[in-house]
Amino acid sequence: METVTITLKAVPDLYLECESVTPDKFAGKTAAEIAALPCSVGKCNYTLGDWFEISGRPGATAADTKIIVNGKGTDKCKYFGAWMTAGEVVVNGTADMFTGAWMEGGKLTIKGDVRSFSGLQMKGGEMIIEGRAWNYLAAAYRGDWRGMQGGLIRVKGDVGSDLGTFMNGGTIIVEGNADIHIGTHAEGGTIIIKGKAHRRVGGQMVKGEIYVYQGCDVMMPGFKKIEEREIEVDGEKHVFNVFIGDLGERHSKSKGEVIYGHLYTLKE
Amino acid sequence: MTKTIKNVICTFCGTLCDDLEVDVSDDGKKIVQVRNACAIGAEKYLHVGNPGRVVLPRMRQEDGTYKDISYEEAIDFAAKTLLKAKKPLLYGWSSTNCEAIAAGNTLAEKIGGVVDNCATVCHGSSLLAIQDTGVPSCTLGEVKNRADRIIFWGCNPAHAHPRHMSRYSIFPRGFFSAKGQKGRKIICVDCRETDTAKIADTFVRIKQSYDYEVFDALRTLLRGEEIPDEVGGVPREKLQEVVDICKSGRFVTLFFGMGLTHTLGRNHNIDNGINFIRDLNDYTKATLIAMRGHYNVTGAGQVLGWQYGFPFACDLSRLTMARHNPGETTSVDLLVRHEVDACVVIASDLAAHFPFEATRRMAHIPTITIDPHISMSTELSDLHIPVAIVGVEVGGCCYRMDNVPIETRKCIDAPDGVITDEELFKRISARVDELLAEADVKNASEYLAKMEA
Amino acid sequence: MSEIIIKNGHVFDAVTGLKGDVADVCIKDGVIVDKVSNAATVIDAAGKTVMAGAVDVHTHVAGPKVNLGRWYRPEDKFRLGERCSAKLNPNTRIEGGFSIPTVFKTGYEYARMGFAFTMEAAMPPLYARHVHDEIRDTPILDQAALPVFGNNWFMFEYLKNGEYDNAAAYVAWILRQTKGYGIKCVNPGGSEAWGWGLNCLTVNDPVPYFDITPKEIVDGLITTNEHLKLPHSVHLHSNNLGNPGNYTTTLDSLKIAEGHTANNNFGRDTVLHHTHVQFHSYGGTTWADFESKAKEVMDYVNKQKNISIDTGNVTLDETTTMTADGPFEYHLGALNHLKWANVDVELETSAGVVPYIYGKNVKVCEMQWAIGLEIALYAKDMMRTMITTDHPNAGPFTRYPRVYAWLMDKEYRDAQLNGFKWSSKVIDATTLAELDREISLYELSQMTRAAPAKVLGLSKSFGGLAPGMKGNVAVYNINPDNMLKGLELEDALSKVSVFIKDGVKCVENGVVLEAEPVVKKTYWVNSSVPDTKQVIHDVSEKFLKYYSVNLANYEVVDHYAPNQEIVEV
Repeated sequence: METVTITLKAVPDLYLECESVTPDKFAGKTAAEIAALPCSVGKCNYTLGDWFEISGRPGATAADTKIIVNGKGTDKCKYFGAWMTAGEVVVNGTADMFTGAWMEGGKLTIKGDVRSFSGLQMKGGEMIIEGRAWNYLAAAYRGDWRGMQGGLIRVKGDVGSDLGTFMNGGTIIVEGNADIHIGTHAEGGTIIIKGKAHRRVGGQMVKGEIYVYQGCDVMMPGFKKIEEREIEVDGEKHVFNVFIGDLGERHSKSKGEVIYGHLYTLKE
Repeated sequence: MTKTIKNVICTFCGTLCDDLEVDVSDDGKKIVQVRNACAIGAEKYLHVGNPGRVVLPRMRQEDGTYKDISYEEAIDFAAKTLLKAKKPLLYGWSSTNCEAIAAGNTLAEKIGGVVDNCATVCHGSSLLAIQDTGVPSCTLGEVKNRADRIIFWGCNPAHAHPRHMSRYSIFPRGFFSAKGQKGRKIICVDCRETDTAKIADTFVRIKQSYDYEVFDALRTLLRGEEIPDEVGGVPREKLQEVVDICKSGRFVTLFFGMGLTHTLGRNHNIDNGINFIRDLNDYTKATLIAMRGHYNVTGAGQVLGWQYGFPFACDLSRLTMARHNPGETTSVDLLVRHEVDACVVIASDLAAHFPFEATRRMAHIPTITIDPHISMSTELSDLHIPVAIVGVEVGGCCYRMDNVPIETRKCIDAPDGVITDEELFKRISARVDELLAEADVKNASEYLAKMEA
Repeated sequence: MSEIIIKNGHVFDAVTGLKGDVADVCIKDGVIVDKVSNAATVIDAAGKTVMAGAVDVHTHVAGPKVNLGRWYRPEDKFRLGERCSAKLNPNTRIEGGFSIPTVFKTGYEYARMGFAFTMEAAMPPLYARHVHDEIRDTPILDQAALPVFGNNWFMFEYLKNGEYDNAAAYVAWILRQTKGYGIKCVNPGGSEAWGWGLNCLTVNDPVPYFDITPKEIVDGLITTNEHLKLPHSVHLHSNNLGNPGNYTTTLDSLKIAEGHTANNNFGRDTVLHHTHVQFHSYGGTTWADFESKAKEVMDYVNKQKNISIDTGNVTLDETTTMTADGPFEYHLGALNHLKWANVDVELETSAGVVPYIYGKNVKVCEMQWAIGLEIALYAKDMMRTMITTDHPNAGPFTRYPRVYAWLMDKEYRDAQLNGFKWSSKVIDATTLAELDREISLYELSQMTRAAPAKVLGLSKSFGGLAPGMKGNVAVYNINPDNMLKGLELEDALSKVSVFIKDGVKCVENGVVLEAEPVVKKTYWVNSSVPDTKQVIHDVSEKFLKYYSVNLANYEVVDHYAPNQEIVEV
């Protein structure tokens, strides 16, 4: 794997839109070509070379390309790794909105926090967030009923609200706590919160699996406990309280059995 | 002697009553009396003649005082401010006519701004819910003629839309509802007993911020499943009573407001409410209508919709595409995150309504407020441009809360020299064209690149 | 003043009878003329196809349900994960949306395909201002809108009582108030029943309370239309749309035209236009035994010479359905569980919006696609058969070139058919595979130009290249002597070489040259039939008691349509 390192020269005055910073856009290009890739602040069109010091070289394909992003002010850069299909991106710091949005493959590591709308409608690949995530992580874009389809997101810290709205597939693992509206309208996929969630977990859920180890401050009325069961989750076995829901929502049948969403909390 | 102008459309709230009668003096310069309006509407018409009306643009000086300047100078300042900004915000639009909004959009596209309207701090939550889940709705006349079950949830029309209940929702005798109020059952759901609750047949007191859970409970009951003994402070029996009242009706309409849009979860509360109404359609006819506050916030959204495809929070700053992402392209977020570097406040009072952090930012960037009167926003702006009052001094199209468009009327002339919003934006646009031509560039992006070089 | 000559093109025009003959087309001052001077601008159309600007007889591009579709589908401005909002040409406004384009995109995309006129298919009178707001903002295209009457409380009473002079006076009044063009009838009676959550599924189901049947409504509307001598015939979306077995309702509806004769001074000889017939040509009893009845329907259409139709072709896209058939949309939403929007309009109509994916691997969708093509391929009279997608219901109008290419190239459509997951089932349940017919360029010019202009009563101005007609000309990069096929044909039809509107070149090589190159016109019909005493009384009374706006505020005033073409009748 070949590596390109880009280092911010200055903190953006407003916010820098960095849709060009993906292995797909860098692959097979010369240093000059990479420096000529577009980025923008509001209506001002710049090139990556205007804002970043660029060193190293990319691979011939996205899969062979790694990008390391350094510098003060990465938290004012949007769209790192958005739409990437392969390769690796590492951001040494906090990244702003839309980080890894619409990602299809490859590995994206953020060594700080990510702001809202990151990992939107992820299709595949792996995203590691070492800090916390804000709101709408791995959610669906406004109005779309097709949320995250696949891939793995791991957050070491907390997440905000609206995690995984309309989720269809894939896995999100949060080591910390979550705020409100987790897995709203979920139709598949797996969400694991190892801390606790404030409220409204699995609201309007049709299908899918949501684990909230430390439980919620307030449970949705549409969830009913059916049993306790030992399940292996993320490599560890625990006994969980198992709930089905959201019973306020329409549920379809498969082979005569009604399909519900499931909510799991640790049995104390 | 006075003359009476009939069928005047009141330009205050989203009820957009169109039966006002306004008496004007014989010389057409003064409003003498208003009939049929509620107290708020009447004041809108009667206050325009009060002394102290601003008739010239006011530019902030070094010492913080304001000095009158000409419209020409103001237009030049506005054009230059917008061209110099990398990402300006143009916010408001909700208390002016659609013609002005269209002229504003043309300008915004040209100078690469973000266009946002008052929905962003009001029924934007409802619009997000509609985007996620749809909206079974109807016009207000359908409610008048057919509805026999009315639910007011998190709204207080007795105060906010004073004639709503007599024109549409509780008292009128319609085609299929000749008994008027006697043929209707009114349910009010709120966390406190409002004046609207006092008129209702059934009052459901809900714990604040439990609306989403209560809708979930109602939907669960509707599906014949069990719920806990109490949800959101409401006993199960009461929730079952609400479900039964709705199912036994022939036409249910839910009206809702800030109690849902602004409490925990915001758009999710409305989303679940919409789905409750949708589920009810399996049993009987059910619809819902958002109690839009401003008289043309709906129109601001309609024009933005047919021109760019979005109801609010429309980012045109890239000049080559329109983007919409509430939470990112919405005014409060743009200001709090320091993502915009200039601001135009038009037909609204940002400083009076926005969270303090947002207002603080607005005060520190170049700001122009366009408003007939002095407001909190004007006093934090670099420039205040006065304009004519829509529905009083200029007509134009406005959209009611149920999206019905009505042409407002002009009753009297604006004070001498005061222009309309529409004319103002067209002139700023023309000045921008001149400046671009002078700089020999094709668009606002090239203009800034040339300035930066 | 300004003169243009389009030289040496292969002209296809049903009005002048040219079937690919090499001929010059001359325009002077925005109008087609016999000849022009040497000073004329020359456009070389050698080796290219020349036709009049096209006319779309039925499309939903302007109005409240269209905009509700835009509002509630921000994801429509993303397509296949990519943004679908862009400034496509240097001098034009930003264009957005895939299935529900913004007004700028609507005007520009129609122009890129060579269209001069579109008919907004349904206008609720109470919302007429909104329809005109959007029409006014749509560049280049001349447009008109059809107010809906099939669920109107006034019409129910007049037609029930056989009061045809009141019915005519009321229709004339509405056309004036709303600046409307003709009589549209959607799901007669059923959308009023939907006010109570009910519907009318056959022509004999009485409307709750009003006790009139859809058959009586349509029959009465036709009588009224001919009494008023309107330029267009009654435009019908019949009951029971989209349901297996509905072809019987369709035939019952079409038969209502029997016994009526066209009465007008606009050259129209049909009395009923049935729209998007594809959705109404279904056999079987459930989705499991669903089959095509296109042949049965078209056998009737072919022999009943006083009716016209448009196809409503499915394009196999993710699109948005929107119609004044409120109950249909509710049931569609219940079927696909996607977001359902609904707006019932007091005293007048209802509307619904639901996104829909015509999946290439879904048997029913594959069959709907085949049925739409069968409808066109069975047609015998191309002057009574028009091609549409009921935009955006069966697909976006930007897919018209793809539909044309499927009809004109058997190999192209067979490739699609054989590539289906359920192709053998589709072949069994329809007859598409057996149909060898390929629509010719001349027939295309009939179906997309002369025919719609004629049924709309606009044949003096649109749809042809005879002197005196509007100077609207489309030049395509298609050489009939070396005919394009498949995707190449589709591409050539999507992006004109040149499009001239009112004698002004608006599009060149698919690029729209200016944001507003010409003044667009709003067409509407002003009938001289005066108000009757009863209508004046009823209108006053109903506005006072039942409407939520005052009578004085109902009319669409002139500034909503700054450039009007008023068709006087």
